Amino acid sequence: MKKLMFTALIAFAASMVTNAQLEPGDKAVDFKLPNVDGKMVALSDYAEEKGVILIFTCNPCPFSKAYEQRIIKMHNRFSTIGYPVVAINPNDISLSPDDTMEKMKERASEKEYPFVYLKDNSEVFKAYGATRTPHVFLLKNNGSGDYTVAFIGAIDNNAMDEKAVSEKYVEQAIISLEQGVKVDPEEVKAVGCTIKTRG
Amino acid sequence: MISRFLILILFLMPFVLNGQNVQPIDKDGLVELLESKNKTTYVVNFWATWCAPCVSEIGYFESLHNVYGNKDVHVKLVNLDFPNQLESRVIPFIKENKITAEVLQMTDLDYNSWISEVDANWSGAIPATLIFKGNEKIFFEGELTREQLFENVNKIRNL
Repeated sequence: MKKLMFTALIAFAASMVTNAQLEPGDKAVDFKLPNVDGKMVALSDYAEEKGVILIFTCNPCPFSKAYEQRIIKMHNRFSTIGYPVVAINPNDISLSPDDTMEKMKERASEKEYPFVYLKDNSEVFKAYGATRTPHVFLLKNNGSGDYTVAFIGAIDNNAMDEKAVSEKYVEQAIISLEQGVKVDPEEVKAVGCTIKTRG
Repeated sequence: MISRFLILILFLMPFVLNGQNVQPIDKDGLVELLESKNKTTYVVNFWATWCAPCVSEIGYFESLHNVYGNKDVHVKLVNLDFPNQLESRVIPFIKENKITAEVLQMTDLDYNSWISEVDANWSGAIPATLIFKGNEKIFFEGELTREQLFENVNKIRNL
């Protein structure tokens, strides 16, 4: 009986945490979202790129802030070889007032974001299974905008101190794609701020 | 001799009066904690001062600690603020919120190396809570209500 109860308990716990996440190799989900410049941006707009560094991030999260300059540098470096950053802010503004489009515009202009910064008004983060900020999905273009997920996880292995980083996951993944070798690791976990959602 | 003793007392005073200090914990320490297989129910909560849902549920963990007083339920609050914010943020937060449950600060920032040790389903988002006794465990990613926390602790404790 106890065993049965416990199994039920586990099932209940699992139902709370399971978030259908895309897996490396899965087809990327298209989206069309408003950018801070007022225009709409879709994944299909990137049909000519080799890939897209899709990052779910936001304004107030300390981890997002800690990675902000690294995201800018990554875009400046990799967009020139065909891998631009596309940042998506997934937080529900009624739960996170610092993430309104107005506040996003302020942040993007103050920090001179060289990449698009989109407001997720159609729960794209759920389709990807993103749970935290920042949460990276490196997408690979297999030709004419047929995107698959090449890597999921973190930018590197030290959020606090860039100088102490010993693994640059996204950079390594892009280099692997460029060299035509297997991306390894394809998935890493990291601590981050929970995406603010009403369920 | 006496003066040395006095100096020592004066030196230790703040620690004693504070009644709470934060011990560092690394990956090995965490794994060791997770492998504690005895009759104690461990409640391990991962939190940070900047994490609003963590802050709103932390009082429930403190009451849990007050109810059980480390008798057969041990509450361990694993803090994930950056280690360089211990003095500026973590300790003031603990004082302000009068937290007496044990607080540990994670010093290993290579998160990917230990997140899955806690639970295979944990994405790394916080708050996250692991309740375990022996080989029985239950894991939650996200904020808990007071009822959920107490109910699940009791379930594990009574197994």
